Amino acid sequence: MSEDSSDVKPEPKGPEQPATEQSPENVPAPAGEVHQVGERHGMFGVRGTGDTSGYGGLQQAIVLPGDAQRPYGGWFDEVADGLAAATRDAGLEIAAPRVVIHRGEITFHLRREDLLPVAQVLRDDERLRFELLVGVSGVNYPDDAGRELHAVYHLLSMTHNRRIRLEVTAPDGDPHVPSVVAVYPTADWHERETFDMFGIVFDGHPALTRILMPDDWPGHPQRKDYPLGGIPVEYKGGTIPPPDQRRSYN
Amino acid sequence: MTDQDLYSGSSDTSEGRVFTVTGQDWDQIADGLAEEEGQERIVVNMGPQHPSTHGVLRLILELDGETVTEARAGIGYLHTGIEKNMEYRTWTQGVTFCTRMDYLSPFFNEATYVLGVERLLDIEDRIPEKASVMRVLLMEINRISSHLVAIATGGMELGALTVMTIGFRERELCLDLFELITGLRMNHAFFRPGGVAQDLPPGALDEIRGFVALMKKRLPEYAAFCNANPIFKGRLEGIGHLDLEGCLALGITGPVLRSTGYPWDLRKTQPYCGYETYDFDVQTWDTSDSYGRFRVRLNEMWESLRIIEQAADRLADLDGAPVMIDDKKIGWPSQLAIGSDGMGNSLDHIRHIMGESMEALIHHFKLVTEGFRVPAGQAYVPVESPRGELGAHVVSDGGTRPFRAHFRDPSFTNLQATSVMAEGGMVADVIVAIASIDPVMGGVDR
Repeated sequence: MSEDSSDVKPEPKGPEQPATEQSPENVPAPAGEVHQVGERHGMFGVRGTGDTSGYGGLQQAIVLPGDAQRPYGGWFDEVADGLAAATRDAGLEIAAPRVVIHRGEITFHLRREDLLPVAQVLRDDERLRFELLVGVSGVNYPDDAGRELHAVYHLLSMTHNRRIRLEVTAPDGDPHVPSVVAVYPTADWHERETFDMFGIVFDGHPALTRILMPDDWPGHPQRKDYPLGGIPVEYKGGTIPPPDQRRSYN
Repeated sequence: MTDQDLYSGSSDTSEGRVFTVTGQDWDQIADGLAEEEGQERIVVNMGPQHPSTHGVLRLILELDGETVTEARAGIGYLHTGIEKNMEYRTWTQGVTFCTRMDYLSPFFNEATYVLGVERLLDIEDRIPEKASVMRVLLMEINRISSHLVAIATGGMELGALTVMTIGFRERELCLDLFELITGLRMNHAFFRPGGVAQDLPPGALDEIRGFVALMKKRLPEYAAFCNANPIFKGRLEGIGHLDLEGCLALGITGPVLRSTGYPWDLRKTQPYCGYETYDFDVQTWDTSDSYGRFRVRLNEMWESLRIIEQAADRLADLDGAPVMIDDKKIGWPSQLAIGSDGMGNSLDHIRHIMGESMEALIHHFKLVTEGFRVPAGQAYVPVESPRGELGAHVVSDGGTRPFRAHFRDPSFTNLQATSVMAEGGMVADVIVAIASIDPVMGGVDR
C-alpha cells in the first residue's frame, strides 16, 4: 500500500481505533474456555459485618489468565513446536498442552498422566534441553472443582537460556501425580515438601515421607482449609486476635 | 557414656545398642563397641543441635570404622510456616516475612519476592532507577556478608578459628552499613513492591566508599591465611567432589555449580535490577571440590566490591531521585523520618495527609489498611543469591494478599547433595562438605 498510495481510494473514516500493537487491550479475547477458580464476595472481601459500602452482595469471578493463541512470539513457538515434534518423534500419545502466556512467562498445562514422558522429552531432546528442574510448588484452589490441587514445575534450559513452567492438576479425591524423580533427581525433596504441605501423592517417588513437618503430623498445612492457628495477644489492656481472625480485606 | 539416656527412652531403637555421647567417654564407647561381636557398623545421629552442622541440621550417618557408608539429612527443625503466614498479610507485609527465611541473605529473599510481585503488577519498567541501584548495592554488600559467614563458619568447623574471627569482624562492617541504610542489621523488610522503603541517609555514600576501601585491605588477609595454607588445602582439596552432571541432576546452583567451571550466574545470564549495566566477571574454579567453592566465594567478594563501587557512583548522581514508584495506588505513601522519639512516619507526610490533601489521606488509608490488588496470575523471578538460584513462585487470585508464595531456596535444594558428597569419605570430611554447600537452615526449612 505504501509504495503506490495514489491508486488506493481513501477509506471511509470510521471511529478511531488504535492498532492492536499500540493498545494490546483491543485484541479480542482469546477463544477457549474461561475457567473460574473462585468467587469474590462483596467490595473489600470483608467477612461478617463491616462491608458498609453498599456492595456487600457483589460477586466477582476469579479467573486466571486464559489460553494463549498462536503465534506466541519469541522462542515460545520454538519450544511449543519442539515439544510437539519431540513427543511425536518419541512416539508418545500426548494431549496437546494448554498454553498460557502471562507477563512474559509461558506455562504448559499438562494432563497428569503425560507429565513424566513430557519431562523426559523436555530434558533430553536437543531442541528443548531443559536440564534443570528448578523446583516443585503446590497450589491449592479449593473452589476449582475437580482440579483442587495443582503441582507447578519450573524448568530451566541452560543451553538455550529459557524458562518454562509445567502445571498439572489433581482432584482432592484422587490426589495422585506421577513423580519426576526418575528424570530429575532434584525433585526428591521438592516433591516430599509438596506432599507434606498439600498431600499430593507423587506416585513412583522412592521415599515419599514428610520432610518439614513431624512424621506424625495430622493434615497438610498449606491447604486452604487448614487453619493458620495462633492465639490472641494481649498488650496494655487491648486484645489482638490471631491474624486469620482479624478484620482484613481480600 | 552414661548408662541412663537422659534424652530418649530405651524404646526408641529396635536393634543395636544405644550410646549417648556426653564427652570424655570415648574409651567407654570403644570398649562397649568391642563387646559387640562383629559390630563394625554404627549409626551416628549428629545434630540437630551440633556446632558444626551449620544450624539445626540433623545428619544420620552410617559408619564403617571412620568411613561414611550412608549419609542422610533430616531437616524441618526450623520450619516456621512463613509461606502460610504470608497468605494472611498484604503483599507489602509479605516482605517482612520472607526477609526472615534465609537470615544470612535477607535482601535476596526480599528481592525475588518483590520482583515477582512487580511482574504480576506489570510495573517492572516503572521502578525508579535509584530504587534498582539501591537494591543492587544492598544485595552486593549482602553477598559479601553472606560469603564471609560461609568462609568464617567453614573455617571454624575446621578449627581455623582466626578465619572465623576475622570473618565476623568484616561481616560486622557490612551489618553496620545495613543498619545505617535500612535501620536494621538483619530482617530489614526494606525492598517493597514498587521500590525501596527509604532514601539513602546523609553520609551513606561516604561510609560505603570507606567500607570498600577497607575491604580491599582486609580481603587479601583471607587469601594470605588460606589460599596456600597446607592444612587448609589438605582438608578441603578433593573433598565434597560433585561434577557438573551431578550438579544439574541434583539441581545445584551457585558457588557449588561454578566450582565445576560452568559460569552460570543469573546476574549475567538472566539479568534483573539492571545487572546487565554493571561491569563484573563471573567467577569459576575447575576443581569441583570444597577448595574450589572457597576460592569462588573469595573471588566473588572482589566482584561484589566492583559492583558496589559502580552503584555508589551512580547513587552520587541520583541524589534526591525518587526511590518508590510514582503510582499512588501502589507506592507506599509514607517516608520514614527520625524524630525525637525514634523512627516513625515523617512529620511532613503527616502534615500533608492530615492538613493538605484529602486524596493523599485516602491513598494512605487504603494502602495501609487494605493494600493494593495484584492481577490474578503467577510469576517466578529468580535472583542469584549467595547460595544459588533463589526464586519466589508468587500466585495471585486478584486479591490484596498472596494466594500462594513458594520460595525455591537454594539451601534446600543444594542440601540434597549431602549424601553424594559425604558417602565414601571420612566422617571428618562430612563437615567440610556441608560447609562447602553453605546451607542456611532458615532458608531450608522456611
